[in-house]
Amino acid sequence: MPTIVVEVMPKAELLDPQGKAVAGALGRLGQTQFLGVRVGKRFEISIEGDADAATLAAVRELADTVLSNSVIEDVVGIHVQDAPSSAVA
Amino acid sequence: MRIGVVTFPGSLDDRDAVRAIRLAGADAVALWHGDHDLHGVDALVLPGGFSYGDYLRAGAIASLSPIMTEVIDAANAGMPVLGICNGFQMLTEAHLLDGGLIRNEQGRFICRDQGLRIENTRSDWTAGFAANAEIVIPLKNGEGSFIASDETLKALEGEGRIVARYIGGNPNGSLNDIAGVTNARGNVVGLMPHPEHAVEAGFGPDTDDAMASGVDGLTFFTSVIAQALVAR
Repeated sequence: MPTIVVEVMPKAELLDPQGKAVAGALGRLGQTQFLGVRVGKRFEISIEGDADAATLAAVRELADTVLSNSVIEDVVGIHVQDAPSSAVA
Repeated sequence: MRIGVVTFPGSLDDRDAVRAIRLAGADAVALWHGDHDLHGVDALVLPGGFSYGDYLRAGAIASLSPIMTEVIDAANAGMPVLGICNGFQMLTEAHLLDGGLIRNEQGRFICRDQGLRIENTRSDWTAGFAANAEIVIPLKNGEGSFIASDETLKALEGEGRIVARYIGGNPNGSLNDIAGVTNARGNVVGLMPHPEHAVEAGFGPDTDDAMASGVDGLTFFTSVIAQALVAR
């Protein structure tokens, strides 16, 4: 089933308390080589048929108006894959 | 005067808002998120809580509810609308108010009695306060940190649209200590702290006079009632 993936991140200039908390936990585990962590969102939208221009335009519109809030977030990626994601081998 | 309180899935301060409205002297009308009907109310409160579990973003899914079509039209036509906490988040998501609310700076849920300075006494919901009145009402949220672009912040400050500012320390990292804002017209107000929890002696914040005797929140509701009488 074709799947459109939309990725949303908190704006770069914003403090990301969630990412900061995760980064803090990594540091406490002794993983000191990482400079920082930011946490965003990934939406996977299953569609029927091909991901044609009209469908992608509709998703782009929804990504900007519903899936993200431009005051606090940026849409950083929209792409199409063949199926919903599964675990990496 | 009839003031509607909209209940969303996950609202939890709707009953307190209804009680505050009655104590202030107006009739409270319970409204339902799934309806397309404001039942002829004269003003609206969007209450606090965790609508839709704060999924997607706090207030985002509720801001797309059926009744929000009517709420947005009414707000744009000048009806007084007060969004408290989750209601404030809905108003920003519905673009009725500028800015946005993100997770508290320190990553913790904050629940405490909070000092505020009321800096705008022209809005429908704050007209009854003395200029720069200092009040104490409860604050309780996990995503209460107000943010806006530099440009928006400049406009809010320049136009005097900061309704309330935190005093005695910034609890959540809000830019410019902002606790509440209004729109240009002054009919739509969003507040992170909870006036509806400080309306009845015995159940409010502690004061110098007596435990739990703080009723500073009542003035938000009496303000809108007084404004309606003037308008008539």
